[in-house]
Parts: sequence; structure tokens; C-alpha cells
Amino acid sequence: MDLVIEIASWGLILTGSFFIMVGAVGMNRMPDVFTRMHAASVIDTTGAGFLIFGLILQAGFTLVAAKLVFILLLFFFTGPVVSHALAQAALTAGVEPILADDRRPGHQATPDDTAGRAEGVAAEQGEQPA
Amino acid sequence: MRALILAIAMLGFWLALSGHFTPFLLTLGVLCVIGVAALARRMGLIDAEGVPIELLAPAVTYFPWLFFEILKSAWAVTRIVLSPSLPISPTMTVVRASQRTSAGLSTYANSITLTPGTITVGLRGDELTVHAIVREGADDLEGGGMDARVRRFEGGK
Repeated sequence: MDLVIEIASWGLILTGSFFIMVGAVGMNRMPDVFTRMHAASVIDTTGAGFLIFGLILQAGFTLVAAKLVFILLLFFFTGPVVSHALAQAALTAGVEPILADDRRPGHQATPDDTAGRAEGVAAEQGEQPA
Repeated sequence: MRALILAIAMLGFWLALSGHFTPFLLTLGVLCVIGVAALARRMGLIDAEGVPIELLAPAVTYFPWLFFEILKSAWAVTRIVLSPSLPISPTMTVVRASQRTSAGLSTYANSITLTPGTITVGLRGDELTVHAIVREGADDLEGGGMDARVRRFEGGK
């Protein structure tokens, strides 16, 4: 029985580690801040989730397991808030996402539009005192 | 009623974190919990948003469903990251949320963000601005499957 739990636990820990590696590789490969955040969200949901489930099996039926559950819940409730804040901050700071398809009303990911927006950004920056 | 449930939840949380079961510390813990619950009540924090007990029962089926969704899309993002050609098609779209309560709305927005491959970047009224890493992710959200599931969750099912 111990052996089964040990194997399951290490299977989960290694799966979690795999997803964390994937997230790290993805963060390096993606072209802009928004796509990088997608890669990072693999880490803090799936990676951390598997890892903590594996650690819960290691801990057994103890208070440590309860604390690990709290950590997982903390990840699940604060993670999206942080992601949202980061995305909002990037948009507010004027980071234009690289898009293949823009379905927001009033936006279109055509080359003309991209050029127009680039000029708009330049004009805004020109107005500010140096 | 809500205050009582909040107090019980806080007591359980405190016990699990402290791990001390001596009478002196237990008494202190109970006193603190009563104090905090009374303060929260006086500050008007105890309402359907602060202590959403109605959502406890539906959460039992909602979270496993969400967990499975996260696994599916995490695997999709993993395949994108590991494929040599990096087949992304970043898409931004606006989807309409049909939830009526703020708890339901934030559950929907946070569920979108939790699922790898889609991020809620803005919320105005009932319109969510979503960034998806591939077109299919945006298509899925526009299809409204998750929206309907969160609405059921919010309605207590």
C-alpha cells in the first residue's frame, strides 16, 4: 500500500514538474507579454496543482495536507486576479498585443489599422513634454 | 446565520493552521473568531458576496468540472509550446456574460483566466474582453458553453 501511494505521489510530482518546465519553455518562446501569460498560466494551475496533489499524498492524512490544500486554494483564487491585473497594466501602459485576429468592436487587425494605431501612439508621445 | 457559518469556517481554518489543541489557545482562538465575526458583521461585510454560502453546494460539482477544463486546455497549450512551429494565432474578442450576481460574474471571469490559453483582460458591464492564444479558444468562449455552466453554478445547481 505504501508503495502504491509512493508511486502515485511521485507520478504526480513529476507530472507537475513537467508542466512547470513546459510553462518556463513557453515563456521564453512566446512573442509578447499576453502570449507569455498563457504559458505562465500552465505553471500556476496545472503545474502547481499536480505538484501539490503529489505532496498531499506524501504528507498523508495530517495537518500538513490541510495546509497544502489551503495553498492550492490560494493559488486558484489569487492567480486569476494577478493575471488580470498584469494584463490590465500592460494594456493601460500602451502595450499593443500581437494579434492574428482582433474581434473587438472598433478594432481590426489589418495592416492599415496597425499602422494607424502606431501613428496614434507616436502622436501621443509627441505631445508629452520631453 | 451567515455570521455563524463564517465563524465556523474561520475556526476550522484557524485550527488547521495552528495545530495547537491546548485549552488556553483554543479559548483564545474562539474569542478571536467571535471578535472577527462581530467586526465583519458591523462593517456590513456579511452578505451574499462576502459569505456566499449558496455557492457551496454547487461548488462541489463546479470545481471538478473546472479542473477537468483546466487539464484539457493546459494540454492544448503544452502541445503548442512544445511544437517546433509554435502554431499560435493570438485573438482578442468580446464575449457577453449572462450571470446576474457579481459573484457569478467574477467566477466566470476568473474561470476564463484560470483555463490556460484564455485570459480575461477587461470587464465592462456584462462584456468581457478576452485574449486567447489560438482562434479556437476564442471560438469556444463565443460558443458560450462555459458561460452556461457558470450560470448553472450561480443558480445553485
